[in-house]
Amino acid sequence: MSRKKIQFKPNDPKRTLMRLFSYFKYNKVLFFGGIFSIILSAIARIGSNSMLSPIIDTLVVDHDRALFIRYIMIMVGLVVTISISQYIGDLSMARLAQKTIHKIREDMFSHMEKLPIPFFDRHAHGELMSTFTNDVDILNQSLEQSLSQIVISVITVIGTFIMMVYISPLLTSIVVFMLVVMLVSVRIIGKRSTRFFRNQQAQLAEMNGYIEEMMTGQKVVKVFNYEDRAIEEFEKRNEELRKASTNAATFGVMIMPIMGNLSFILYGLVAMVGAYFAIQGRVSVGNIAAFLQFTRSISRPITTVSNQLNTLFAALAGAERIFNILDEEVELDEGDVELVEREGKSYWKVPKEDGTYDYVAVQGHIVFDNVDFGYVKGKKTLKNINLYAKPGQKIAFVGSTGAGKTTITNLINRFYEIDEGTIYYDGIDIRRIKKHDLRSTMSIVLQDVHLFEGTVGDNIRYGRLDATDEEIIEAAKLANAHYFIKNLPQGYDTMLSVDGGNLSQGERQLLSIARAAVANPTILILDEATSSIDTRTEKLIAEGMDKLMEGRTTFVIAHRLSTVRDSDAIIVLEKGEIIERGDHEDLMNQKGRYYALNTGAIELE
Amino acid sequence: MKQLLPYMRKYALYAILCPILMILEVFADIAVPYLMSRIVDVGIVNSDVDYVLKVGLIMILASLLGMLFGGLSSYAGARAGYGFAAEIRSKTFKKVQEFTFANLDEFSVSSLITRLTNDCNTIGQVTMMSLRMAVRAPFMMVFALIMSFTINPSLARVFMVSIPLTAILIILVLTKARPLFMKFQTRVDRVNAIIKENLAGIRVVKSFNRQEYEEKRFKKRNDALRDTALKAISTVIFVMPLLNLIIYGTIIAVLWFGGNQVVAGAMGRGELISFITYITQVMMSLMMISMFFMQLLRGIASKDRILEVWNTEPEIKEIERPISEPKDGSIEFKNVYFKYPASKEYTLKDINLKIDSGEVIGIIGSTGSSKSTLVQLIPRLYDATEGSVLVGGRNVKDYSLKGLRDSVAFVLQKNTLFSGTIRENMKWGNENATDEMIIEALKLAQAWEFVSKYEDGLDHIVEQGGSNFSGGQKQRLTIARALLKEPKIIILDDSTSAVDMTTDAKIQQAFKNLGDLTTIIIAQRISSIQHADRIIVMNEGQIESIGDHESLLKTSAIYREIYESQEKGVIRE
Repeated sequence: MSRKKIQFKPNDPKRTLMRLFSYFKYNKVLFFGGIFSIILSAIARIGSNSMLSPIIDTLVVDHDRALFIRYIMIMVGLVVTISISQYIGDLSMARLAQKTIHKIREDMFSHMEKLPIPFFDRHAHGELMSTFTNDVDILNQSLEQSLSQIVISVITVIGTFIMMVYISPLLTSIVVFMLVVMLVSVRIIGKRSTRFFRNQQAQLAEMNGYIEEMMTGQKVVKVFNYEDRAIEEFEKRNEELRKASTNAATFGVMIMPIMGNLSFILYGLVAMVGAYFAIQGRVSVGNIAAFLQFTRSISRPITTVSNQLNTLFAALAGAERIFNILDEEVELDEGDVELVEREGKSYWKVPKEDGTYDYVAVQGHIVFDNVDFGYVKGKKTLKNINLYAKPGQKIAFVGSTGAGKTTITNLINRFYEIDEGTIYYDGIDIRRIKKHDLRSTMSIVLQDVHLFEGTVGDNIRYGRLDATDEEIIEAAKLANAHYFIKNLPQGYDTMLSVDGGNLSQGERQLLSIARAAVANPTILILDEATSSIDTRTEKLIAEGMDKLMEGRTTFVIAHRLSTVRDSDAIIVLEKGEIIERGDHEDLMNQKGRYYALNTGAIELE
Repeated sequence: MKQLLPYMRKYALYAILCPILMILEVFADIAVPYLMSRIVDVGIVNSDVDYVLKVGLIMILASLLGMLFGGLSSYAGARAGYGFAAEIRSKTFKKVQEFTFANLDEFSVSSLITRLTNDCNTIGQVTMMSLRMAVRAPFMMVFALIMSFTINPSLARVFMVSIPLTAILIILVLTKARPLFMKFQTRVDRVNAIIKENLAGIRVVKSFNRQEYEEKRFKKRNDALRDTALKAISTVIFVMPLLNLIIYGTIIAVLWFGGNQVVAGAMGRGELISFITYITQVMMSLMMISMFFMQLLRGIASKDRILEVWNTEPEIKEIERPISEPKDGSIEFKNVYFKYPASKEYTLKDINLKIDSGEVIGIIGSTGSSKSTLVQLIPRLYDATEGSVLVGGRNVKDYSLKGLRDSVAFVLQKNTLFSGTIRENMKWGNENATDEMIIEALKLAQAWEFVSKYEDGLDHIVEQGGSNFSGGQKQRLTIARALLKEPKIIILDDSTSAVDMTTDAKIQQAFKNLGDLTTIIIAQRISSIQHADRIIVMNEGQIESIGDHESLLKTSAIYREIYESQEKGVIRE
């Protein structure tokens, strides 16, 4: 897990906000309707609060019963308006938030699918996942609540203020003074609480990281009798976390009683001064009542705005991370050579300068011509690679970890772009071939099998979506997977748990081989495909593998040398360079690195 | 709850103080509107400025006290809640440390992580909330009710309508919304699952050109999530407007009936105003109580998950007076049968085996032949279901777990390095190991060759899980770490699979020269074990045959088959 600092503040809040607003264009009615309703409900609320004073006065002072009844009717009308407009406003904003988030999520996912592989190398999965979940979540929350609450609060404060000045400028000045005190306290507490909150988040991340590491390695802890030392380490972090959480929670909660009581003090002050004025006859009793109601309704939105601004900023910081992903450049595909079917055979349709086309049969002839490649600029992972594979040949790559075996295969399907040289596929520069078409002629079987949620059959069908059930069983038989699949509770319809957790490593491998087989590719890439299968089982599926490789150009990367022996050519790589090549016999005769690898144990004696 | 409560002891003072302070704050909150009504009805009516100032000052004083008590109560609540959470987390972590391998299998790693992190945090939050809300809301409500009845009993009857209405509304929402939100949560999980899946399998997606297919799959789930969310929203969104309607409706009713009473002289004007304030307080308290119940449900779920950990009894226990450590590295299996707790079938059947101290033993067999299970019985990672396992001539159950496991070093198949430096990782094997000892062990495990190339040597940083090392390097480091224990027995469970053959051979050679160390090597490659003193061929949970390389080639069909599958075509000089 990454222990990077979480960023709470957006770099450019204005731009992010504008971009966020641009999402509302799909739901203009909801947005404007919602904002309008919210404003209406806020105004109606101020109106109803200001009604209190006339109501009491008409009855108590003026003894005007008819007016009293009329006021009560107006009040009822206002209350109904508040409820209805609040309902419409809340509903619109919540729907708007859901629809916006839905669209953002969809955009993010489809953008992610189009990003090039190097992007996924640069970004930790956990980090991307957190943007997808946490950042989207907090954005949702803030769209649903913060926006409307801030609008309501601002309008309430302004409206209430106007009403107060209208009733009594004198009393208003006391309120203004107290509001300044309240604002300052909110800022002070808010600042401290933000600091404590961040510290708590950091401690929490530290704790989660430690627990994750320890739980993952718990069996090692047992084997080494490490329990006591683990507990000791844990206690240190636990104590730190406890302190940080206590501080954060104290300040987080404290704001409520402090603001509440400050508003009571305000209430008391207004009452004292108001009573004094009432006795002098400068304000009516009804006015004091209304004023007191105002002091209550003006202090709450101030706390709300301050709280919601923090959420809004956190949401904008998240939105910025979301937009950063959306701004990542997608994988370009400017190829002009397409794959076409003619009389059941595949051809490359190559445009010529005069506007006509050449049709080149797809055969699987691969040539690397002086290829250089580096994952990082200036650091070459592969140097000067020259090799060819004739249609139907089996080429094996051998070498230690990091020698560049997997990298070579990742260049053929253009997961990465080469820096120098050219790769030809049936005589065509692969950069001219549409990526989609290029990849559809190849299948890869990786060491780390990735299965998808769904049935066993679905997972094999992943290789070719229109494959019939018969073809799937055929492919499974070829990979020697049919037998174990038949023994599963529901055969081919057995649901796999997340990433096929209910299958053994070997079984998963067999499924991925079947998946590659059903795709019927011209080129097959086996990257440590049989490493998790023990040699006896490997022998059992060897026949199927041979059938699978028949007539296809195959690139094999294998740790186990027994797997690569019968290749047409074996290429030994070291530090990104080809140091030996030839078939098994040639290489054994050369008595070089390959020979040493093969006879390592014998040589030692 | 009974089980958790003792862990509050350390913070009991704060746990008691918090609600007391809270009640004091509530007193202040309640007093203010009452004082207010006195100002209007006594002070203003009698034009008594002194009285108004006096009561006004009392009011401000009450608010200041309220603020003080409120602040202190916040602190006490936080202290008690998060202190309690820390105690529970600590107890849970310690409990997991006692877990056996079987217990660890039963709880998955990710579920243990969630319990230790999220669940403990939830308990802290809920405890704090409970200490505050559970006292504040009912008190507030009762006091406000009492006050309003004192002011005007006949007017207070409006509560007989508004309280039940609010309660019904809240109960309705709680029961109707809960299932919807649970459904919403599963929909969120489904969306997240597909994102996770695509992040992990992006290469597969791209190489099969399945981007559009995945987008369609995602769209389906994303749409379903939106629809559920919209449905949940339309179920709950009317609550707040309705509550407002009830509150304002009550206020209007009070104005209507109260206004007439004021005219009739049965009620003061100030009393009417403060009455309205009490109405709001009662309603707010009701809402707080409903929120409290929501929180409590969350807390109960977390509590249950934590108690599940606490109430798991590790079956592997020490006897009363255990022997501290085995005298030598001899091992014996007597009629051993074994099955995993959850399974019906025996994984190991009728194992009889005697290994002398200092012997080098190889174990080979296909996947699922229970090689790992066999050796895990030696350091008592699991206990044999039937029969007995002896180390140093005595049943493994006679030793203290610490003594036994200190004498048996076990290099696991799925091994882990921890974040820190290489030196720190090596010290897992022996806390007091000197640099010389560490280097010696690294040399034996053929790891010094690459460690020595680092500029910072033993201080080289190890990332979490050892992700900055290749598979082979990681395996060599874990072997070195095991050697530092200076064990009597070392078990390598497929621990050199990623090491190249030349290096592997060097490691085997180094082990041979270690003298009195009993070595058990599980391997897939014949070359890793062919020089062992004896090789055990496992098949479907039983020992198929035992012998050295040459004799097994003659007697064991399975061994020959494995050998041929690996050695086919190698040119022998």
